[in-house]
Amino acid sequence: MLVKQISVFLENKSGRLAEVTRILGSHDIDISALSIADTTDFGVLRLIVNKPEEAERVLIENGFTVSCTNVIAIAVPDEPGGLASALEVLKKGSVGIEYMYAFVGKFSSDALVILRVEEPERAIELLKEMKIRVLSSEEVYNL
Amino acid sequence: MQYWNATCECMSRDEMTDLQNKRLVETVKRVYKNVPSYREKMQQKGIEPGDIKTIEDLKKLPFVYKQDLRDNYPYGMFAAPMSEIVRIHASSGTTGKQTVVGYTQKDIDTWSEIMARTLVSAGANKDSFIQVAYGYGLFTGGLGVHYGGERIGASVIPASVGNTKRQIQIMKDFGTTILACTPSYALYLAEEIEAQGLTKNDLKLEAGVFGAEPWSENMRKEIEERLGILAIDIYGLSEVMGPGVATECKCKCGLHIQEDHFIPEIIDPQTEEVLPPGSTGELVFTTITKEGLPLIRYRTRDISSITYEKCECGRTLVRMNKVTGRTDDMLIIRGVNVFPSQIESVLLGIGDTEPHYQLIVDRVGRLDILEIWVEINQKIFSDQVRKLEEIENKITKEIESTLGISAKVKLVEPKSIERSEGKAKRVIDRRKL
Repeated sequence: MLVKQISVFLENKSGRLAEVTRILGSHDIDISALSIADTTDFGVLRLIVNKPEEAERVLIENGFTVSCTNVIAIAVPDEPGGLASALEVLKKGSVGIEYMYAFVGKFSSDALVILRVEEPERAIELLKEMKIRVLSSEEVYNL
Repeated sequence: MQYWNATCECMSRDEMTDLQNKRLVETVKRVYKNVPSYREKMQQKGIEPGDIKTIEDLKKLPFVYKQDLRDNYPYGMFAAPMSEIVRIHASSGTTGKQTVVGYTQKDIDTWSEIMARTLVSAGANKDSFIQVAYGYGLFTGGLGVHYGGERIGASVIPASVGNTKRQIQIMKDFGTTILACTPSYALYLAEEIEAQGLTKNDLKLEAGVFGAEPWSENMRKEIEERLGILAIDIYGLSEVMGPGVATECKCKCGLHIQEDHFIPEIIDPQTEEVLPPGSTGELVFTTITKEGLPLIRYRTRDISSITYEKCECGRTLVRMNKVTGRTDDMLIIRGVNVFPSQIESVLLGIGDTEPHYQLIVDRVGRLDILEIWVEINQKIFSDQVRKLEEIENKITKEIESTLGISAKVKLVEPKSIERSEGKAKRVIDRRKL
């Protein structure tokens, strides 16, 4: 159920983000979700793509510093309180969330959220127990 | 008071040579007897103390390097028993090892004497209020100037470094007449004084003795105009003694070397040949009165030239020109000596790989700023910003604790640091003095 997320180190200078997307585009790699964490000097771009291994390889070949991390993708009802119930489960199970971000698109009528947690396997168990929809990697990559 | 010690400062060349001959012979005997590493160095060259009869024989003696002091860390080069050492100072060194210097009571007296000469040549007397804004501690700047001021009988204010607001308040309320600090800090003080709405007329400043870092004639003009003072350049290094080894007089045309205590030579750093007066080369010092840590032909790595021409001030002491550079890669940042290798060893402690880095030194406003750019690599990269910031903070803290200066650490993308012939350019010094 774990989804591979690609993280890329980006210096805060113009054109770096464009460069990453250009490289991925030229290798026919599709981005389905992304988030950027930024500090004064640098940023970390996190990507969910359809071909994570290939994305990692081509970005490293092009001189970027890249890491691959396991994250969880969940689908929650796109309605007020939809996300809260999922997060409540993790809170009760004392699973800390490092960061999270939402997909732009939807999965049927649900909203999609990416979670980076300390113990992904245990988080998945907890979420499933409470009938929260956790997407498989295939489902995510094919979005 | 024109001179502190006219006998020594205005001695004829013949008298000076006689004095230096006598003192050099004694010093060589002393180190040969008491310091094994000197004895070995001399034996390797086939020289005995008896071969050294005058300062003309100086060139026969082997050189001493900063590395010798590190190899004999901490006290191996001392020529006096520890029971006679009354003070220990140290300067920052590579890989955690400092350069340690020891002083006997006589050495402290000598140091006070030469600093008294220095302060008097800037116009100080017993009625002066001397604010010492050099660091007090292992660094020789603070205490060196302090003892010289007390020797004259001036009122010494040991303000030490930092806390600019308090420095200005002291300057104003205590009636400081002589300021001792780094030239860049003097300019910073000038700015802060103006920012507080004060003018030079609110202060009683008359002169400043500035050193511990390179500065230019333009900086001097600016300091003199903005603070309304006479700005004097002073030179020293802890290995040789500390501040006071050489000082300008009011003529501001070179720094008089206190050559009844330190004999200067200018050499070609490659061929190691002694160069005639007027030539530019590496400054080499031999101490001829020190007991704790006498140095024979110590390679300062500072580039300068010397002249024996008579100075208008009446002093006959040989003059050295302002130091124009270094023969090694040492940087002076806010008065602190920094070698790129020190930073490299800190970076090696972070992650397993040898990082590519670059030091950017700049002067923002009036203060030196050190930025350390470190190329990120796969091993230290994390998707969590927190972990990346932890790396930056860790490097910053390590640099601060080993070098004693603050630096801004910035992670940059791989290959973003310029490489020339495959080798990274380690230092970019953007300071325009």
